[in-house]
Amino acid sequence: MKVTIDGQSIDVEPGTTILQAARMIGGESVPPAMCYYTKLKGSGGKCRCCLVEVAKGSDNDPRPMPKLMASCVTGCQDGMEINSTASERVQDARKSVTEFLLINHPLDCPVCDQAGECDLQNLSFKHGKSQTRYIEKKRTFEPEDIGPNIQLHMNRCILCYRCVMVADQLTDDRVHGVMDRGDHSNISTCISKAITNEFSGNMIDVCPVGALTDKTFRFKSRVWFNKPFDAHRECTTPGCCGKTTVWMFGNEIQRVTGRKDEFHEVDNFICNTCRFDKKEVSDWTIEGPRKFEKFSVINQNNYTRELDTVIIETEKGILKGRDQDRKKISMPQVPLSETEKEVFTEGNI
Amino acid sequence: MSQKILLDKINVPGIKTYEVYRREGGYASVEKAIKTLTPDEVVEEVKTSGLRGRGGAGFPAGMKWSFIDKKSGKPRHLVCNADESEPGTFKDRFLMEHLPHLLIEGMITSSYALGANLSYIYIRGEYMWVYKILERAIAEAKAAGWLGKNILGSGYDLELYVQIGGGAYICGEETALIESLEGKRGNPRIKPPFPAISGLWSNPTVVNNVETIAAVPWIINNSGADYAKIGIGRSTGTKLISASGHVKNQGVYEIELGLSVYEFMNSDEYLGGMIDSRPLKAFVPGGSSVPVLPANLIYKTANGDDRLMTYESLSDGGFATGSMLGSGGFIVYNDTACIVRNTWNFARFYAHESCGQCSPCREGTGWLEKVLWRIENGQGREEDIDLLWSIQSKIEGNTICPLGDAAAWPVAAAIRHFRDEFEYHVRFPEKIKNREHFVAEPFEKVKHLVSKQTV
Repeated sequence: MKVTIDGQSIDVEPGTTILQAARMIGGESVPPAMCYYTKLKGSGGKCRCCLVEVAKGSDNDPRPMPKLMASCVTGCQDGMEINSTASERVQDARKSVTEFLLINHPLDCPVCDQAGECDLQNLSFKHGKSQTRYIEKKRTFEPEDIGPNIQLHMNRCILCYRCVMVADQLTDDRVHGVMDRGDHSNISTCISKAITNEFSGNMIDVCPVGALTDKTFRFKSRVWFNKPFDAHRECTTPGCCGKTTVWMFGNEIQRVTGRKDEFHEVDNFICNTCRFDKKEVSDWTIEGPRKFEKFSVINQNNYTRELDTVIIETEKGILKGRDQDRKKISMPQVPLSETEKEVFTEGNI
Repeated sequence: MSQKILLDKINVPGIKTYEVYRREGGYASVEKAIKTLTPDEVVEEVKTSGLRGRGGAGFPAGMKWSFIDKKSGKPRHLVCNADESEPGTFKDRFLMEHLPHLLIEGMITSSYALGANLSYIYIRGEYMWVYKILERAIAEAKAAGWLGKNILGSGYDLELYVQIGGGAYICGEETALIESLEGKRGNPRIKPPFPAISGLWSNPTVVNNVETIAAVPWIINNSGADYAKIGIGRSTGTKLISASGHVKNQGVYEIELGLSVYEFMNSDEYLGGMIDSRPLKAFVPGGSSVPVLPANLIYKTANGDDRLMTYESLSDGGFATGSMLGSGGFIVYNDTACIVRNTWNFARFYAHESCGQCSPCREGTGWLEKVLWRIENGQGREEDIDLLWSIQSKIEGNTICPLGDAAAWPVAAAIRHFRDEFEYHVRFPEKIKNREHFVAEPFEKVKHLVSKQTV
């Protein structure tokens, strides 16, 4: 089947969604996805970030679809034409979804452990604006303790349901879910029960925002100060492949995560033993540095690039200030001291 | 006196019981359908009748039935949507309370038409007494052999159950209803697949409103063509209207579609005019989620035709000058009502009832409610009116289910038709401090304060 996204055509298998087709093409026209996760069945369609305009339904039925469609749950039809980045309407919708997601978000990136690898940061960087129109009090939730390994910050949650699906599909005893409804719906265990399942740590990896973070890594370091390495170990937990990314600072392993691809989806889910308990370098066989996409903030700690000295061309002596400002106006009879004279002639640099 | 189809036997004493209902000719449609018609003929009959879904969207019922996937060989289900929660709508409650057997008869006939052997009535939790009435009626019908195995010796089996919901408005959306019926959280599903292909337990399912199903027995007893003769154009048959607000005779009325709004409002047979001498200000024709109309657009459409109680006439002119028939929750306001307060009340309802699954609806409905609350309580800013417009336009059409649209439309219509009232609230906060501000001083008297002055 042939589909065209923003003018670029690709042949796909029947049953491929628009988002998957766009990801095959890659580049700018890939819609942002906050709730869709390839490995989780039934995910997607909730955040409405990935809305696209279907300009032509298919070869058989060339009518355009009247509403914007969620690309992650809409299947491709033969001859479909889709506008993603090219459409004004889509850009508008994405902007408004970003605004909706941010109005009740605490915007506490400076103290959030997810900062630097946060999908919501990326989304608002691309589609957000720096002003807010929301003057009301933000909605907040009581903090809830969900065990020794995972930190839940409900205020940051965007309700993508990914963590619920992880618990449903990876484990056989889900103890948390979505409580309440409307803007007060929240992820909770309802009775403050600890989430202790051996694969529960994957909730941290799938969380697109900082709502679920690693307690063993809490406030330890910004993610971009760590160096990621691919590593593996012989894991005895059934269902765990033992292939991870370890995040090192010097010779210390700060945290362990699954290996994420460029869409921030893990290749394989890993068990809690690998994630939380194996923090010694001797536990792991290091394979080599983990590559990240070019513009990731994580690469900012990668000093292999040569940094040129920045020269700003201005008029001469601009830092001295204007001439008329460099007159001694109070008590001109008293001469300036040596240091003061320097400031006056050279400017206050 | 117009023809009554659903409520013609309502005044027979004891019609709630099986004996009286049967004596009055009840269950005849089941006999006729099972003994003389094939299921496809029943569907065909409903198709010819032009019966449209009475739950709000007005989708032709026969068409919906013909979409059901019969080829897959999976068991099929009929689900009756009795989760009537729209503010202003109470027709289904009235019908089920007084004529429970009519619904059950309709369920049997419709299930036969669809080939469903397991059907459900999903009723909202607040209707507990209605639930008990229905349970009793089902037990009576079962004892009389209308339900269970081998109905009327035809070999057709049907089990009918009533399921109580938890009282969420969102469970009136058909896929959320199915989720709730399966015992899950009532979140709407993402369509496609539509329930006609994969609904309850992934089986083909049809979800119909109570009133739609209750109209089926008459169509089978008479004929689809007879039903199509009632009404005008594509709006065939009769419709239950639940009238409330500032009118003399509030209550549930059965009208033939095509009655003029003027006659419905003012004739003594129906609403009997306004409740007192205060003039009509606005009305909502179809429950809280449809756009409100100002006085000048109620009896006449924008191009001067009479406004009729039909799907087409009420939506004449699109949302700019029209509204929708919706579920028939007819709410009338006189000039003591404050449109801003009313809009806030509706917005509060939708913010409370949003399921919280998709972001525009979850965050947007709450935002609308907060901004409207500020305006109503004298803390509004001039830019808030444009802000409201912008928020509602961003919710509409971008959500999974129609609740987002339903939350956006009343706000949009209120701003479209009553913008000066919003401006009055923003500019004269001291005047609207008392919540009854329009009782002593109707808006007409203070309108000059916000109207544009030419100097």
